[in-house]
Amino acid sequence: MRVIARRLFFYAVTAAIAVTIDFFIPRLIPGNPVQAILSKIQGQLPSKATIHALDLQFGVNTTASLWSQYTHYWNNVLHGNLGVSTMSYPDSVGSLIRAALPYTLGLVGVATLISFVLGTAIGAIVAWKRGSWLDNLLPVVTFFQAAPYFFLAFVAVNLFAIKLGWFPSERASNVADFPAFTWTYISDVLYHAILPALTIVIASAAGWIVGMRNVMVTTMDEDYVLIAAAKGLSKRRVIWYAARNAILPSVSGFSLAIGFIVSGSLLTEIVFSYPGLGNLLLQAVSNNDYQLMQGLFLIITFAVLAANLIADFVYVFLDPRTRQEA
Amino acid sequence: MALGIGTEPTAGSGAMPGGSLPGTARSRPRAVRLPRSPKILAGLAMLAFFLLWSIIGPFVAPYSPNNIGLNSPVPLPPSAAHWLGTTNIQQDVFSQLLVGGGAMLLVAVVAGVIATALSVIVGVTAGYLGGLADDLLSMLANIFLVMPALPLLVILFGFLGKSGSNDVFLIGFIISITGWAWGARVLRAQTLSLRNRDYVDSARIIGERAWRIIFAEILPNLTPIVASSFLFTVLYAVGTYSAMAFLGMVTLPPNWSWGSMLFQAATNNAELSGYWWWYIPPGLLIALLGTSLVLLNFGIDEFINPRLRAAGLSRRTGSRRQARALRSQQFALTPVLIEAAGAAATGPAPTGGSVRAGGPA
Amino acid sequence: MSGDRLLEIRGLCVDYGHGPDAVHAVTDADVVLHRGEVLGLAGESGSGKSTLVMAATRLLRPPGVITGGAVRLYPAVGTEVDLLEADYDVLRVLRWSQVSLVLQSAMNALNPVMTIRVQLTDALAAHQPHLSRQDRHARAVELLEMVGINSDRLSSHPHELSGGMRQRVMIAMALALQPQVVIMDEPTTALDVVTQREILEELKDLRDQLGFAILFITHDLSLLIEIADAIAVMYAGRLVERAPASALFRAPRHPYTLGLLSSFPPLHGPRTPMTGIPGSPPDLRALPSGCVFHPRCRFAFDKCAVQAPPLAVVGASNDRLAACWLQLGDGPAPAELALREPDLTEPTASANGTQTSSGPTGRPAPTERPAPTGVPERAADHEEPVQQGSTA
Repeated sequence: MRVIARRLFFYAVTAAIAVTIDFFIPRLIPGNPVQAILSKIQGQLPSKATIHALDLQFGVNTTASLWSQYTHYWNNVLHGNLGVSTMSYPDSVGSLIRAALPYTLGLVGVATLISFVLGTAIGAIVAWKRGSWLDNLLPVVTFFQAAPYFFLAFVAVNLFAIKLGWFPSERASNVADFPAFTWTYISDVLYHAILPALTIVIASAAGWIVGMRNVMVTTMDEDYVLIAAAKGLSKRRVIWYAARNAILPSVSGFSLAIGFIVSGSLLTEIVFSYPGLGNLLLQAVSNNDYQLMQGLFLIITFAVLAANLIADFVYVFLDPRTRQEA
Repeated sequence: MALGIGTEPTAGSGAMPGGSLPGTARSRPRAVRLPRSPKILAGLAMLAFFLLWSIIGPFVAPYSPNNIGLNSPVPLPPSAAHWLGTTNIQQDVFSQLLVGGGAMLLVAVVAGVIATALSVIVGVTAGYLGGLADDLLSMLANIFLVMPALPLLVILFGFLGKSGSNDVFLIGFIISITGWAWGARVLRAQTLSLRNRDYVDSARIIGERAWRIIFAEILPNLTPIVASSFLFTVLYAVGTYSAMAFLGMVTLPPNWSWGSMLFQAATNNAELSGYWWWYIPPGLLIALLGTSLVLLNFGIDEFINPRLRAAGLSRRTGSRRQARALRSQQFALTPVLIEAAGAAATGPAPTGGSVRAGGPA
Repeated sequence: MSGDRLLEIRGLCVDYGHGPDAVHAVTDADVVLHRGEVLGLAGESGSGKSTLVMAATRLLRPPGVITGGAVRLYPAVGTEVDLLEADYDVLRVLRWSQVSLVLQSAMNALNPVMTIRVQLTDALAAHQPHLSRQDRHARAVELLEMVGINSDRLSSHPHELSGGMRQRVMIAMALALQPQVVIMDEPTTALDVVTQREILEELKDLRDQLGFAILFITHDLSLLIEIADAIAVMYAGRLVERAPASALFRAPRHPYTLGLLSSFPPLHGPRTPMTGIPGSPPDLRALPSGCVFHPRCRFAFDKCAVQAPPLAVVGASNDRLAACWLQLGDGPAPAELALREPDLTEPTASANGTQTSSGPTGRPAPTERPAPTGVPERAADHEEPVQQGSTA
């Protein structure tokens, strides 16, 4: 378990750095961020309280030392206080994120899981059947690997929602407010999630397919796979012997991939007007709601770190060699 | 990052623990063979097409990318005058496409160059020095690797303001900051393994200076990986710039790009109204540009690790039937191809004497 | 006499690649392995010895292609099977139950993420589905104990074992289904000399107990002196000599064998200067004309560069074969290649004449296990190696 302890320490450092980045960016970039924000906010005039909150947030018009501002900032973050949204004043950033987070976690989490399982399975089979017609799949996969998620989302909406009418084109459910957890509500949510999830799966599976295929091809040259075949084991079992090893780099490469998948998924949400963090990010950008952007950066970073930690646990579970060294 | 690059880098050189470059020493002649791979050829051809497109595009665009004063409340479908139709505010889509490639490619190349330089410096230093320096630099790279880049870039660009987010070089620089870590990690691993090779050891023993060893012995052997990480960063930057534009963080006009065309299309619900000519072409171009980079990267991966090549046997020889039989062979079932006419091949065994191994009957 | 045969490789040709670029890795190879026999297959790396055997079992990887020959396996029960005509399912049944495999590096041959238990029992589960989990476990314990490993290692993973232990596990694995043949491809090369010696001893014991045949591939002829009944020597994809082990060691008939013998110090016996073989193995893509060995052969004469010698019977007993013009009456056989063969004590006494003749180890053939023939009489110029373990 020393591996996990080391990773935990690393994630703690990374999280601390993310908080620090969040704190310093408005202070390091030249100009008065509060004035810049105020000049951009149209419509309702911000109250004195808002301006004061912004001042505090960005370290303007304050006599407090940088260090005390920094500790104050940390105190806020640790208490879940991410500031006030200027976009939908007086809602707090925290409350906006709390409303959107479950949708993103559900959608991206499930879609990532499906795409990982599906992609590695397909990759293993393509490698196993090397030289067959399946090789022709690779250029297609290459295209999907390179296509932006949001472009695939456009096509999916137009094709499956508008032209064919199989799925709803936007939003997470037909119900405006959160009702009780009835089956009707749940099935409605699932129905709305299919198309965006499918988009994410198709866009991200390509990476897993190619990654798994390449490692699997190398793994199949290993002696233990040859021995498995020489033992007269069933083909399925031989593939499993190779795949069980070939999957390890995919799991350890998860930390890199998850960043891309989350970013792509956030943009996919936008196309589907899915009420998750992606849409919130777009609103924050278009309304110049800096506090919301900062809060989103922190929350998304934490979520990605948590996903990484899960991947680490899975890796330790899958590879006995990491378990031993403690 | 909006690109579905997924595990693409895992697929490549990094997947090989300790990485094994072809040959232990500098193998120059191989570099000449490189362009023969169909993947590399296709990738290069596509990339050349996009370069040409971006350079001459603005000069051959039939219209201004901005409003051209047609009177129509809705986007017009493709016609002889407007090959790819118009947008809702009557801009010529084809002209926007022609104009929109340049800035993006420039950003991507700037980001690619800076990030590759950073990753070489950090990766080779960490791998060569080892010890504490390695620990710290690796940790730094890993932190940049796990931190999600999109929201970080959003706050960076957000606070930079409009003027900042229109400067191609500044954008390229900022993207490179979030994009160097992967290359550094791969290069570090490879440097580590090169450092322990015999010829590097002997260079060290005869008292070569560190910088000379790095430049003369290590860097030349890293070339394929440096190239691969450059392409990867360019791909990453194309995706990231498109994503920023899609979020509306790049000012329109004047900064046309394929990503911002998709932003406009999205804000006007083009996909819901079926204005396919508005969002399909820019999306397709981004995807194809990305494809060309991925293909090139595959080619390099296959060069680094020849086992990745698709077919096990040379396809150009033998009959088609044979070739197919050989290519689709099963694992652990060596193909048997005994020519009917060549039965003599089994003939000249010297009598039954050889039947006896150790014990004659 | 055919009932005695176990694996018969006839005229096997193996190429790497196909078409004009193909490399002929094995050309027209004949090898016959008898029940209970230990046949050594020796040659420099690249001589095609592994390729030959892996192709015969259809386990050779791409770009290997079999381009000629036949490989017949005579199972203990049932009729002979031509492995080259068998499909995957036929082979699957024969694999491991008839022919098993031990490879050079057990670190690579054992699956790193699976326990020893799984890897010892998976073949049992695949071939004998009627066995219960308890039965399989019991067999796994038995197998480990057979190679001297405590059964508490069953839950270990390969990386938790030492190199010698891993190789023992590999051997236990190979014996799980009591196969007729165990192919051993450089099974001790990756080990240190002491462990190498221990494992060879154990192997001999196991062979004597269980009576399986071994096809022992090695570049190290001095190992074969310990274990082999007969030896076949390969050069550039061709068999150049085959003979009973003792005869081959005492009186090689092919110049290449002579060279090989002087490349290794014997584990036992007087020190002799190591002369080795001048030059290096030929490029299989550009083989010399005539006899492939002639450019490196100090006895070569005109004919050698022109015409390839066939592998033919040499001398009186027809269990000696060599592919050399010197031995085929065409040239003056030099003294080094015309040493008197060790006397075969009872050359025609039984169906297993050659096996009865003790090898230099003084170890009797397994079929005659109870009769310790003891120290051979003509050992004057050769120190006898240890005998215990084999005569047990």
